[in-house]
Amino acid sequence: MRPILMKGHERPLTFLKYNREGDLLFSCAKDHNPTVWFADNGERLGTYKGHNGTVWCCDVSRDSTRLITGSADATVKLWNVKSDSALFTFKFDAPARSVDFSVGDKLAVITTDPFMELQSSIQVKRIARDSSEQTGESVLTIKGPEGRISRAVWGPLNKTIISAGEDAVIRIWDSETGKLLKESDKETGHQNPVTSLSKSADGSYFLTGSLDKSARLWDIRTLTLIKTYVTERPVNAGAISPLLDHVVIGGGQDALHVTMTGHRAGKFEAKFFHKILQEEIGGVKGHFGPINALAFNPDGRSFTSGGEDGYIRLHHFDSDYFNIKM
Amino acid sequence: MIMVMDSKLRWGELEEDEEGDFLDFLLPPPMVTGPDENGIKKKIEYKLNEDGQKVKVTTTTRTRKLAKARLSKNAIERRSWAKFGDAIHEDVGARLTMVSNEEILLERPRAPGSKAEESTGDGLSTIGKGAVLMVCRTCGKKGDHWTSRCPYKDLAQPPEFFEDKPPATPSDTAAASVPAKGGAYVPPNKKAGSSSTGGQEMRRRNDENSVRVTNLSEDTREPDLHELFRTFGTVTRVYVAVDQKTGMSRGFGFVNFLNKEDAERAINKLNGYGYDNLILRVEWATPRAN
Repeated sequence: MRPILMKGHERPLTFLKYNREGDLLFSCAKDHNPTVWFADNGERLGTYKGHNGTVWCCDVSRDSTRLITGSADATVKLWNVKSDSALFTFKFDAPARSVDFSVGDKLAVITTDPFMELQSSIQVKRIARDSSEQTGESVLTIKGPEGRISRAVWGPLNKTIISAGEDAVIRIWDSETGKLLKESDKETGHQNPVTSLSKSADGSYFLTGSLDKSARLWDIRTLTLIKTYVTERPVNAGAISPLLDHVVIGGGQDALHVTMTGHRAGKFEAKFFHKILQEEIGGVKGHFGPINALAFNPDGRSFTSGGEDGYIRLHHFDSDYFNIKM
Repeated sequence: MIMVMDSKLRWGELEEDEEGDFLDFLLPPPMVTGPDENGIKKKIEYKLNEDGQKVKVTTTTRTRKLAKARLSKNAIERRSWAKFGDAIHEDVGARLTMVSNEEILLERPRAPGSKAEESTGDGLSTIGKGAVLMVCRTCGKKGDHWTSRCPYKDLAQPPEFFEDKPPATPSDTAAASVPAKGGAYVPPNKKAGSSSTGGQEMRRRNDENSVRVTNLSEDTREPDLHELFRTFGTVTRVYVAVDQKTGMSRGFGFVNFLNKEDAERAINKLNGYGYDNLILRVEWATPRAN
């Protein structure tokens, strides 16, 4: 396959997200402008201006009209997908790390980093249908986990919130009361900070990537460990194929150590694993920095990776990818 | 044909034309029919073969429309959205998006269908006959590393080294081979045991199943010799003596085999063999008299 290279960001990529229909691709980077691209040919549709810091995460509503972005400038902004002006700005007292719309797009869960003497927090905001009625109050605030919370997403039927972070523990919270329901234990869980968390297409299980050089598949209701994919590099990103029994994980050495090694040694490929057999299927090379973000197109026929090198690489799979036999 | 009309016609081009297109006007023009409702397209061409006979070439191709990607109404509408943000000022030459000119493959960790292969303990069996084999002259390990990279270089000295010394404990020998810490520079030939071991090594290298080839033609090079001898077995070294001043071959060389039997067969087969108009002489290399 010949990947499409998109060089719209001047700084490392942080997050990638397809809309539900898979025709738009949203990218976040350490430069301050989230960008939207056409997902088939990689043409840039627009950029969203207004953030004043690294944009860590974004999510798009089911009908592809609203975009929410969380940034290190301690704001979360709500956008109309087709224009570059913000509809609403949620202000926080700490950098926002992750954002996720609930099923139905009426709520959004936002995590903030530990900052100064403030603890990290998980906050739930109500998203108004009409943005003129939008308010900044939190419906729920959860505090407790030590260190940064890398990602928090909604569980089935919005009844739970799943969070994972620097303390390597995955937690399930009640989204009504904020009570801790489940916690991954030390034996089966990750040993090092969890860097990424992505749900399957049907939302019944999720994949976490960790700096302990493994990615793990968990049941979203019972938090039982289903599968483990072991690799030889810290994992920064992962995604589950909606079409085939594949997962793709990406990572690489810490950006800090990259300059000390050649790009061959850096292990910057996106690695494909068989979801069930846990066997490695193959690697896709190309980035010359660690991979920070991965996303599968909802149709499963293409995937995108974003790297520390500032490039987004959009890969449309060749036909032989669909005939791989294990 | 345009070329022929051209006033600036050069004879070189005319010559070329005569080969192919010159007689084209004698032939019926190519015909293309279709594509019909089944997507079948026929192209009928005529050409002349070498004997000047007319040949009709019918090419039938079937064009299939790719299943149109099912886009939702909304997605089609989004396709026509006006650009915004920084994308407004994008000119065509902005080159933000480009297709990689490098073909990226999904690199499989091993051949499809094969199970994870255990590394065979003996590297020899995996190497086919005739391949150049890495043989470490220090520790004798095959196919693992070159002599200069030998990890046991300092530890394993050939036994001859100890001849004039009382038997030493292993720890002593290891220490002896490592130069004294912080000591002054010692030229290699003054180092303990260097002359004897160096000489031994050279000897050992040269007479290990070594075959001398004489009466080589001057333009025979090492790859040629390797090509010639590899059919008999694994060749570990090929050397052609070259005059240092003129850079010409001196007409002889050495070939080392891994197995003695292979060397023997090579001698039997190639002694007296005609190579480059010369009759080769192949025999066991005798160690130099010195």
